[in-house]
Amino acid sequence: MSDFVAPLLNGTADGALLLVAALGLALTFGQMGVINMAHGEFLLAGALSAYLTQQVISNNDISIPVALPIAFLVAGVLGLILEATLIRWMYDRPLDTLLVTVGVSLALKQAFLQVYPSGVPVEKPSWLDGQWHVFGYAWPLRQVFTIVLALGCLIGLGAALKYTSFGRRIRATVQNRALAETMGISTLTIDRITFFVGSGLAGIGGVAASLIGGTNSELGAKYIIPAFLVVVAGGLGQLKGTVIAAWAVGVGSAFLADWTNGSLAQVIVFALVVVFLQVKPQGLFTVRTRGLA
Amino acid sequence: MATTKVRMFAAAAAAALIGTTLAACGSSGGGSTTAAKGSCLDTSGSTVKLGFINSLSGAMAITEKTVSNVLHMAADEINADGGIMGKKIEPIQEDGATDWPTFAEKTEKLLTTDCVAAVFGGWTSSSRKAMKPVVEKHNGLLFYPVQYEGLESSKNIYYTGATTNQQILPAMDFLKSKGVKTLFLAGSDYVFPRTANAIIKLYAKELGIKIVGEEYVPLDKDDWTTQVAKIVAAKPDFIFNTINGSSNVGFIKAYTDAGLKAATTPIISVSIAEEEAPNMGAPVTGQYASWNYFESVDTPANKKFIEDWKAYPGSSGVTSDPMEAAYDSLYLYKAMVEKAGSFDVDKVNAASDGISFDAPEGTVVVNGKNHHISKPGLIGQINADNQFDVVWHSEGVIQPDPYLEAYSWFPAATRDALVKAAG
Repeated sequence: MSDFVAPLLNGTADGALLLVAALGLALTFGQMGVINMAHGEFLLAGALSAYLTQQVISNNDISIPVALPIAFLVAGVLGLILEATLIRWMYDRPLDTLLVTVGVSLALKQAFLQVYPSGVPVEKPSWLDGQWHVFGYAWPLRQVFTIVLALGCLIGLGAALKYTSFGRRIRATVQNRALAETMGISTLTIDRITFFVGSGLAGIGGVAASLIGGTNSELGAKYIIPAFLVVVAGGLGQLKGTVIAAWAVGVGSAFLADWTNGSLAQVIVFALVVVFLQVKPQGLFTVRTRGLA
Repeated sequence: MATTKVRMFAAAAAAALIGTTLAACGSSGGGSTTAAKGSCLDTSGSTVKLGFINSLSGAMAITEKTVSNVLHMAADEINADGGIMGKKIEPIQEDGATDWPTFAEKTEKLLTTDCVAAVFGGWTSSSRKAMKPVVEKHNGLLFYPVQYEGLESSKNIYYTGATTNQQILPAMDFLKSKGVKTLFLAGSDYVFPRTANAIIKLYAKELGIKIVGEEYVPLDKDDWTTQVAKIVAAKPDFIFNTINGSSNVGFIKAYTDAGLKAATTPIISVSIAEEEAPNMGAPVTGQYASWNYFESVDTPANKKFIEDWKAYPGSSGVTSDPMEAAYDSLYLYKAMVEKAGSFDVDKVNAASDGISFDAPEGTVVVNGKNHHISKPGLIGQINADNQFDVVWHSEGVIQPDPYLEAYSWFPAATRDALVKAAG
């Protein structure tokens, strides 16, 4: 039984982390058409926030929860700066955003490397010690935490999009930018706030990632491509697709890693996503719109 | 709109893929094909140029920067002491940038444009394999300071780190002495762990140790949870860890999260040293590592080495095995040149056999035949200060045997297959 339970549960947790990393991209790429390759470094900024918080508050039981909003703010503000200084000038040139943000990504990475060449250690809180026993498999509590965090982000974002006036404006902008503007919505402001929230979510993902692997200059690079794949495979402009795609990639990789090995699993999953996109180039779900764009 | 975005993404992904593929293809070697005849080395002045090549940017900068600093420290020391044959060292530093073709190109530049007498550096086996054809083509010299998978020997390379019979085999002897019956192999997916594990499996059979599992994860992936679940199920006496880089952090975290402990399921590593131990973000106290040098080694040379390093600008504060091997390499080169009475590569090679240096790890001696050096085999256990207490050492120094020719359990067919696979 544990042969089946372990990959299922761990894959779900991997998928949850991928989801947090991809949620922000689903917003900025899906809504604004900005390919932000520096999104990975926003995760790193979140992970670094966790480390710096631990330097100030030495009790890890408290520092990690405190680090979550801080990471959101730090990564969000980084996103705002990027939007205000570079991206706002190239909203109509998506491929240029790709090039510019790759540059920003490299600069941020090297800046981190200059200050912390060996990376930084982030310690987990003691309330994440221990395991849950599920059908004979001792499931690490840290995995449960990742899932709870992802659900929190998802529900929070979903509720904000659905029930707040800000959320309605975002959705209006996604569905038909020109029409939204004629209705008096300042799409520029909406874009800016969306970029803040999307980047902030990466910060939260960074805290979760810092509890799983190393916090070093390469952290962002590990998540950026899988996160983009998940967003594209899920279909743009919809959270539902991103959630399903993230879960499928997470669980698929875990089972494949269990049956074959870690390297082969990565190759097979990426190949499957590529094949899937050949069959369904728009991804799992598409927003139907009457917009001409 | 959505379709254009998908297309754009596809273009971006394709560009990224092409980039990676090019990097991978380039690893087979680089540089131009025109063979240079004779060296452009000019030693008529009062200085001698030496090339240092280390990744100062990219993922490997984490570890290679320290090696670069320690090479500069050794050069400063030698210069303060009069230089090599009375000539001051003039170091020329190049950035390998964690990119193997770059290592090849920069080595070629150092040898043919800067006309250096020898090149020092490299860390990953991929970088060494990229530089090897270049130093061989130009009949240059490379001093490579990191433990590696063995099965290699070049008249143009000196290997001052351990080969397998100086690090992997002592670790197995130690496990045997601890009465270990079952072993789990966890490694990163590249040439060193794959080759090391092939050797470990053969030697384990000889020692009567059962291998109960073998798992690999790509170097760029940190999450080990799925693989650690398999370790928990296999209940091994010991874990042999050949994971490298940041992935080690993910492994130690997943190990801790699964409730595994040093007291019941200890790990022996070959890539966790003094610099890595405090950066895991999870306790590693009580775990083991196999090296040839620890900061805790008690020799007069080590005392001086540690003091000098702590005072050196850009120092990381702690010393480790690859740093010490890099430090030794410069002193060994100096001794070879002075014995040969010349910077000429062929004369240096002819003089190299038997050259010794009272290194921080103890006296090391160059084997002129295979260009490796003799080393003591040491097993350290990590204490609460993230330093290593030496708990086991080999009987005397271990002579280098990169092709494991002295070991009857290592079949020639396997050797040929591994050499071929390693390229």
